[in-house]
Amino acid sequence: MTAESIQNSAKGKQVLMMGTCLCDAFYVEAAKAMVEVLEYLGVEVVYPENQTCCGQPAFNSGDWKSSRTVARHAVEVFKGDLPVIIPSGSCTAMHKHGNLLQFENEPDLPAVKDLADRSFELIDYIVNHLGVTQWPGKLDAKIAFHHSCHTRGSGTRPGAQTLLSSIDGVDLVEYGQGEQCCGFGGTFCVTFPHISGQMGTLKLDHLLENTPDYLVSADLSCMMHLGGLAEKQGRKLQYRHAAQILLYALKGGAID
Amino acid sequence: MYASKQPIDSYASKMTDEKRHSVYDGTSSGTYKRYSVLFKDYEDPDALRKLAGKVKDHTLSHLPKYLEQAEKKLTENGATVHFADSDADARDTVLAILKKHGVKRLTKSKSMAAEEIHLNPHLERNGIECLESDLGEFIIQLDDDIPSHIVKPIIHKNRNEIAETFLREGIAEDLNNDPETITRRARSYLRKKYFEAEAGITGANFVSAESGRIALVTNEGNARFGMAPVPVHIVLVGIEKLLPRDKDFGLFLNLLGRSATGQQLTVYTQFVGGPRHPDQPSGPEHMHVVFMNNGRTDVLKSNCREILRCIRCSACQNVCPVYRQSSGHAYRSVYGGPVGAVLSPILFGDRFAELADLPKASSLCGACNEVCPVDIPIPDLLLRLRDKAKVEKVKSVGALPMAPFAVLATSPLVWRTAMTASKMMNHLPIQYTPVAPLQNWLNQRTLPKWQGGDFRKWMKGRQSETTETKESSKSPSND
Ligand code: SF4
Repeated sequence: MTAESIQNSAKGKQVLMMGTCLCDAFYVEAAKAMVEVLEYLGVEVVYPENQTCCGQPAFNSGDWKSSRTVARHAVEVFKGDLPVIIPSGSCTAMHKHGNLLQFENEPDLPAVKDLADRSFELIDYIVNHLGVTQWPGKLDAKIAFHHSCHTRGSGTRPGAQTLLSSIDGVDLVEYGQGEQCCGFGGTFCVTFPHISGQMGTLKLDHLLENTPDYLVSADLSCMMHLGGLAEKQGRKLQYRHAAQILLYALKGGAID
Repeated sequence: MYASKQPIDSYASKMTDEKRHSVYDGTSSGTYKRYSVLFKDYEDPDALRKLAGKVKDHTLSHLPKYLEQAEKKLTENGATVHFADSDADARDTVLAILKKHGVKRLTKSKSMAAEEIHLNPHLERNGIECLESDLGEFIIQLDDDIPSHIVKPIIHKNRNEIAETFLREGIAEDLNNDPETITRRARSYLRKKYFEAEAGITGANFVSAESGRIALVTNEGNARFGMAPVPVHIVLVGIEKLLPRDKDFGLFLNLLGRSATGQQLTVYTQFVGGPRHPDQPSGPEHMHVVFMNNGRTDVLKSNCREILRCIRCSACQNVCPVYRQSSGHAYRSVYGGPVGAVLSPILFGDRFAELADLPKASSLCGACNEVCPVDIPIPDLLLRLRDKAKVEKVKSVGALPMAPFAVLATSPLVWRTAMTASKMMNHLPIQYTPVAPLQNWLNQRTLPKWQGGDFRKWMKGRQSETTETKESSKSPSND
């Protein structure tokens, strides 16, 4: 379905936005783009003020007690029956999978499960839940899409492929070893600095081979790591969240 | 330059380029071959591996029943079945069998179970000469090294190093690194040894409970050669290797070859039902099967039981970016890579504290789960082991304290204030901040500009705008 034809059917729809701590701290433009894109589709976006983080840093470090505390806070902040839309495959995976794992023996598993069922990564939501497969507008750009690890097997991967390649002027380029992790891995990148750096450098080698205009992903964390690495190495790499690309196309290719 | 406190990370940082390239090339080509052959042959390989996972799960849930069935069949077929509880039991059982048959020399076909219990040194201490017959294992033995990969034990070596070993050990008279020459030399050396041996020890890839048949796969035919001239065949196998029925071989052998080496089937696939039948012209007259537990029932009782589905294909090692950068030796145990990071700390439970860093050596990228032919959720198991370490207060190198983070992330007001204040970081010389994780990040990467609080401000403005529009749209003048 095209974005225009969805506008009417989506009218009156409300969603909760989980902005993620990375957008909160660094990536304001990506978060804004998410809001504008959803609103363009006729969806009203509500941003619960008390939100913080999904708890993943503690979860991955093995401190599930701390992590469950944070997850319980999220359950409270996003309670209700609206879908929770997240501009991050990683935080979505935390809601949908990580929480179920760390709550498997906890009495409040049902509440966590409810949040899991209502949580969606943004691109997955647009393509597979709103049904948009054609994106309007225009953007002349060569894009290398990074399929982040936390979107393995999720609707985001084929969704991003469909949506981005439908944009007039967008050239989606393939690159070698696309399935390999970028080396971020949350606290992994600082506790295993050598291996993380090597992984990221290898990723950059493959990514930059076709000199794309943008590295694009549904996960800002991977791009923050790769972007920071590229800058330190003096290599040119511009990156944007997928929502920003959708917004640029809507604006006829105007890029900020 | 880096504060590499984690043993695997510091191991990787000290590896020579030569070794790193050998490992990287060996593993990535394996991954690529696996991918192409699986998708060429099957429309939905994912469904197959899910099915295989279920078959294994079922088997593990009914393990005592299937073990009993296999024992009964094997005995009917003329084999002798032994059960070994610990590693010491397994070593002693094998030694006792060898002594009983007066064996002084034997050949071995690659067996991870034998590696797991350090069988060779034990037998050698007792005056029995063991020769590894898998080419890779043979070279490992010559070099007094240990395997660093399940399927390609010498993935960390290149052909120059092997040629040097052969020259040093007198297997070759000159230095020649041509792969074919190396293989030919090993072959003629090993051929003689097969005839001198009095027993052959093999592992087993699968055991069918239905018929007691043992499936053995090799690419060099060494298991076959090892069994052909000897009177005694000993199979050392972990109890988790059972399959319920003969027809399950079809599914598992197809997945094993493709996942391990990207072959549709390995070159040699043998089914051994028992010792030589009187009608058969040759073959071992005695067959002993040693079912080894060695911690496996403890794993079954744990929340990581899925790891026992493992069929030792090495696909997870091949695809793992951490393994690719570090090799199997970095994992300090016979099982390296993702499977080892789960299996070692839990299988060798009394060494948990010592091996508890292994489950941390992963970015949790999930590639291992995606390729695993029996769909083991390896990242989940790694996470469970991290939790176990924390709950059991196992001291952990380089762990970041998370309790303060939890306090911050559950106090919205403090969180928002901290976010807004974080903008100050843009004006601070953070490269001098003595916080190790931050330094580790900044050593190799820059940070984006802090914009804490800006989005919330924008959103607030926008939401009040929309409310205003809504309010005004409700006003009579707009009706
Ligand atoms: S865990 Fe899975 S992928 Fe890894 S060796 Fe075992 S069966 Fe193969």
